[in-house]
Amino acid sequence: MRTCLSDAIAPAVWKATRRALERAGVEVRVPRGQTCCSQPAWTAGHPDQARAVARHTITVFAGTEDVVVPSGSCAGMVIHTYPELFAGQPEQEAALDLAGRTIEFTQFLVKHDLDPRASACGPVTVHDSCHMLRVLDEQDSPRQALANVPGCEIREMANTDQCCGFGGVFALEFPELSGRLGEQKAREAMNSGAPEVVSCDLGCLMHIAGIAHRTGIPIRARHISEVLGS
Amino acid sequence: MTVPRRRSRKQQGVTYDDLTGTLRERTVVALADPVLAANLRTAGEAWSEQQAKMKGDYDFDQMRDRARDIRRSNIRDLPALLAQLQNSVRENGGTVVRAADGAEACRYIVGLARARGVRVVAKSKSMATEEIKLNDALEDAGLEVVETDLGEWILQLAHEHPTHIIAPAIHMNRERVADLFREEAGTNDVPDDREGLVAHARMRLREKFAQADIGISGVNLGVASTGTLCIVENEGNARLVTSQPRIHVAVMGMERVVADWDQAAHILEVLPMAAIGYDAANYVNLITGPRREGETDGPEELHLVIVDGGRGALRGTEFEEALSCIRCGACLYSCPVWRNVGGQTYGSPYSGPIGAVITPLLEGPASPGSRDLPFMSSLCGACGDVCPVGIPLPDLLVRARARSSSPHKTRTGIGFRIWSHLWRHRLTYRLTIVAWRLALRIRGKGGWVHRLPGPGANWTEVRDMPSKWPPHR
Repeated sequence: MRTCLSDAIAPAVWKATRRALERAGVEVRVPRGQTCCSQPAWTAGHPDQARAVARHTITVFAGTEDVVVPSGSCAGMVIHTYPELFAGQPEQEAALDLAGRTIEFTQFLVKHDLDPRASACGPVTVHDSCHMLRVLDEQDSPRQALANVPGCEIREMANTDQCCGFGGVFALEFPELSGRLGEQKAREAMNSGAPEVVSCDLGCLMHIAGIAHRTGIPIRARHISEVLGS
Repeated sequence: MTVPRRRSRKQQGVTYDDLTGTLRERTVVALADPVLAANLRTAGEAWSEQQAKMKGDYDFDQMRDRARDIRRSNIRDLPALLAQLQNSVRENGGTVVRAADGAEACRYIVGLARARGVRVVAKSKSMATEEIKLNDALEDAGLEVVETDLGEWILQLAHEHPTHIIAPAIHMNRERVADLFREEAGTNDVPDDREGLVAHARMRLREKFAQADIGISGVNLGVASTGTLCIVENEGNARLVTSQPRIHVAVMGMERVVADWDQAAHILEVLPMAAIGYDAANYVNLITGPRREGETDGPEELHLVIVDGGRGALRGTEFEEALSCIRCGACLYSCPVWRNVGGQTYGSPYSGPIGAVITPLLEGPASPGSRDLPFMSSLCGACGDVCPVGIPLPDLLVRARARSSSPHKTRTGIGFRIWSHLWRHRLTYRLTIVAWRLALRIRGKGGWVHRLPGPGANWTEVRDMPSKWPPHR
């Protein structure tokens, strides 16, 4: 799954994900018809609009292959929310099937003990996105995946479990509050001493990087796929 | 007995009447307050540290699972449990009143006070009375009401609303408290230090206990099998409120009932663990009926007022789990939003994630005071993780958004309808992506867009949008 956010602001992310998977020996197919998991409409309180788009996603990803997603948030949407979104709907079974086959990118690497043989990278700090941490209950897989990268030293920031304040529509509805949380996160990342923050979720990174740039906090941002696919 | 009418229909809601500005405007005001920020940070961090310590000693996950099962069964069996509680309390010599809403509950209590010729009312901490705006009703009827919980008394003197369910005045500094005490006492002879302030409050409040004819408390749990009311507290004031005045009125939300002592014991253990990070509160008052023959203390009368206030209608809906709440306040402390804006911003006695869910549920989806609340969350999920009774708060927040008729939702509604049609087809999706990327390229300067039009304007109000990825520094 490419994810809509990667299509919209960072095609480099899904391309890096494919590269990393292929180098690790995985046969990768990127269905051309895919659009979005529909999470934005769901969290904004529009389940009917979300369901129509999610139905399209279920159709596009029909089959038996694992669906690897370079986003804890989109993966969480399919795994955790599709069963609720399609409860009692004609697509219920297909939704459950897709939820069962869907897995976040770094979890997939760790689960199958895959090494994408990434080129070297410097010190980084890892931002745990909330949906990785609390929907997928995962904190280890991004760190384990990075452990194989030559020269990659993880410098943990304080309060790694604290939200960066992105929150999808929340970022637009309460910009000042969202911004305050983002600034706190960007400062924690900077204080880790690493020049770069990596994360499994592009949404968080777009927000943290945007705030760091606006407020002059010196921290770079990169998706974990870009490190592992380098 | 004449029953006074409440002043206006507006007072029926859970939210406060004196709210100013929109919810977003109130967040901006709160974010600009450095004292609030510092006090919330201290309180939140202290809570987190204590939670971490406690979790080393207990299998909290297992305790939570059991607490969740107990509370779910309580809500499932609610009508039968309430009937049993009612019978038990009556057998113990108490009076039980079922009130459909806050106004009815207030009318009963004001009527009782009038009938008994009461002048002074002493209260211990109670969210239910805050919810039904009982103090307003009593004061309108010419009664003197004194809050005896230290934090609540401070707020009463300051004419402010609580910022946290169990720690209502943590947003205030000691200096402010000293000023309030001086004003109340009419003298500058009030100490500045923490212990001195507490001693001063104790002295002033003891005088009130002696004068009060009615003591009003909340109820943490009603035990159906024995008719016992459990009131958990840390200051000892609730013990005085429920034993010194000749009449005790206990106000209870209808969902706060458990079947028996086995269940009560478990809930009374997880409640302080989640609330303050200790396995016991300082005081757990167990009240089974008024004073009996031969007893030397306790009130002559006990009145239990059970308030529905919109709760009953939630049973059997997708929001039923919200009724499991035991009002520990853990979701508030864990919430990054609450930790940055505090409880008063919510405009409801119930703040934080649980407040953002239940306030609009109790008020109705179109209530202007609360319909925006479910949107004030980044859905980070911290609340769901810490909830000691396993309420899936992030899921409930999303469902509450779907139910809301807030302007937020109406505004985004048209947008998402168009979006939904465009993004369910590959071609129209690609078109919007290409158009968006083109716009980023045109507007981008040095890899960044500083101002977006339309709905994106709120994005660029506080942050830039990268037009190239990885973003340039």
